[in-house]
Amino acid sequence: MQVTRDFSHYVRAAGEGIRHIDLAVEGVHCAGCMAKIERGLSAIPDVTLARVNLTDRRVALEWKAGTLDPGRFIDRLEELGYKAYPYETESAEVAEVAESRFLLRCLGVAAFATMNVMMLSIPVWSGNVSDMLPEQRDFFHWLSALIALPAAAYAGQPFFRSAWRALSNRTTNMDVPISIGVCLALGMSVVETFHHAEHAYFDAAIMLLAFLLVGRVLDQNMRRRTRAVAGNLAALKAETAAKFVGPDEISQVPVAAIHPGDIVLLRPGERCAVDGTVIEGRSEIDQSLITGETLYVTAEQGTPVYAGSMNISGTLRVRVSAASEATLLAEITRLLDNALQARSRYMRLADRASRLYAPVVHATALITIFGWVLFGASWHDAIVTGVAVLIITCPCALGLAIPTVQTVASGAMFKAGVLLNSGDAIERLAEADHVIFDKTGTLTLPDLEVTNAADIPADIFELAGRLALSSHHPVAAAVAQAADAKSPIVGAVEEAGQGVRATVDGVELRLGRPSFCGAEALIGSVELDPEASIVAFSKNSERFILSVRQGLRPDAQAVIAALKLRNIGIEILSGDREPAVIAAAHALGIPEWRAGVTPSDKIARIEELKRRGMKVLMVGDGMNDAPSLAAAHVSMSPISAAHLSQATADLVFLGRPLAPVVAAIDASRKALHLMRQNLWLAIGYNVLAVPVAISGVVTPLIAAAAMSGSSILVMLNSLRARGASRETV
Amino acid sequence: MEILVILVPLALMLGGAGLVAFLWSLRSGQYDDLDGAAWRAIADDEPPQEAPVKR
Repeated sequence: MQVTRDFSHYVRAAGEGIRHIDLAVEGVHCAGCMAKIERGLSAIPDVTLARVNLTDRRVALEWKAGTLDPGRFIDRLEELGYKAYPYETESAEVAEVAESRFLLRCLGVAAFATMNVMMLSIPVWSGNVSDMLPEQRDFFHWLSALIALPAAAYAGQPFFRSAWRALSNRTTNMDVPISIGVCLALGMSVVETFHHAEHAYFDAAIMLLAFLLVGRVLDQNMRRRTRAVAGNLAALKAETAAKFVGPDEISQVPVAAIHPGDIVLLRPGERCAVDGTVIEGRSEIDQSLITGETLYVTAEQGTPVYAGSMNISGTLRVRVSAASEATLLAEITRLLDNALQARSRYMRLADRASRLYAPVVHATALITIFGWVLFGASWHDAIVTGVAVLIITCPCALGLAIPTVQTVASGAMFKAGVLLNSGDAIERLAEADHVIFDKTGTLTLPDLEVTNAADIPADIFELAGRLALSSHHPVAAAVAQAADAKSPIVGAVEEAGQGVRATVDGVELRLGRPSFCGAEALIGSVELDPEASIVAFSKNSERFILSVRQGLRPDAQAVIAALKLRNIGIEILSGDREPAVIAAAHALGIPEWRAGVTPSDKIARIEELKRRGMKVLMVGDGMNDAPSLAAAHVSMSPISAAHLSQATADLVFLGRPLAPVVAAIDASRKALHLMRQNLWLAIGYNVLAVPVAISGVVTPLIAAAAMSGSSILVMLNSLRARGASRETV
Repeated sequence: MEILVILVPLALMLGGAGLVAFLWSLRSGQYDDLDGAAWRAIADDEPPQEAPVKR
């Protein structure tokens, strides 16, 4: 059978006779990598562009349409030592990129206007105390208006739009007071200029927009970065499937290009990427990613298989019933929807602050106006003072307080191997006081290892490893890896569902089921791990038993201890069998565990803890964990997790160690502390500035100085979130 | 004070030129990869390559 790789799904035309593809590349992190990749790919004839984007960890490639197969780029990157995956831009990411460019443009306009208006304002401020003629002052004010009004109309769009949306939904948000403040300040300044008055607030209004836009741009950049990470993860996970394009011809295509009714081939050791029904073949499948159960299930004609199942022993032909997006058990989808709804009710710190802020500020401004009128001031003077209060309280520092910390903290977490999937995850993670771990794939490593390698003579183990190379079975793969075997034994034959055998120099070697090797008698005599899969090896009459299981993550014990030290409650909720869960709980010193738990049981447990007022962090990887990941206050997944879980989790951690969990908790706690501190700084500034504004002595100079002073203070404070993640366990 | 007639438009034009330059750099994708750009500055010289990615 002939297998081809089909990338046409990802290739798009980029102008006359030029093709374009984006690849997500793993492991690019420095200038050296960039130069190496760009040189290596440019050397391929017909390539017109190879450019690495280090922020998004992607390569953009363009080449002359013709004979060049995009598969060659991936092979070339493999030779250079990088793993690459074709990457498909999601519409959500395109929107984020467009939004962030728009915000940058707004910021550019606002910053330009601020600088030029300031250039006109400073002569007025100094002229007011010396000898400037009123005509000159008016001229400068009119010039300021000429710059500030169109600039504010353009750069204020993000605020005006969002305020309008909020008002038309009969709610309020931070942008409502901002928009009111800016419009009033500009309107009042125009009226004042018209009446040849001494003070105009064009500079304050446009500077306010510029500072707030800095906050927005930072916030948007972080969102864009998390979106890019999520996109790369999706590319890495983008399962392909071997689809029959002819009776005997197979093409390796992305799941997105597979439709219900297609027939795919599922070979041993492959993970199924679609939902479907077996139409031919017989095998065992591992559904642990879906149910958490580590015992294998037998699949034969008519058995339904779900995306995420691992095929163990035989080859199966599967008729697709639902492809990629729709591949879910109905139960899990339903639970997931409910749980996600519950979580969207969480109110971010910034929203909580703004809900308090708007009424207080507007009330203060109104009271100021009426107060001055009562004291006998003219309506004109009272309104000018009231608007000055609005300007000086405009939430400049408040708007920067949270995005700046988030940006710095997410960068620090990124370095510690934790990727953020949602923007407010930092706030929620910082509050977590109870951690629920899934066992399979979370506390344990996703790949198998041989636990009793030390009990077996080295030469026998090496031989078993070489023989294992001839099998596709995942257990065999684990044996081969543990033995560090490189050269397969020539002439080895695999018997489906049984094992591999070979004859070397007249000696028969067998590796496989105990019955296949005649080693049933040994099983009873050896005390074995309840969790382990048993595989036997025989060399003539010598028989050995190998126990293969998922090992605990290397630093799991230290991480659990570190969490206990931080007074965080820990428990295990696993869909696996009781003996396996007990073993892990004992090894790690976790007193609380539940085994054989269904997805809805997991949610019930989380709800129970929630009712007791606990903030639960769920760490899990399986598809059966997805609903509980969504139900928990905050959630984390390892990079090896099922696609769905990863999309649901708030944070994703990389690599084999579990330490990023602790690092992320520490970093987020520090970040939340700094966010609160920043909010207090902003409030403190208002407490100082508002009485001054109410008393009516605020000049545009004071407003400008106070505004920039408080913003810079908040930004500097945020920088302290750097390096928070250095200390781990 | 007649000098203002020259100086003020001149200052505004300079500011405007800065704004146009910024918008151009944004459009030509120079803010798409800030991390990479930082490293490219200190990378070894290569034979001249294509202009930045055009969209």
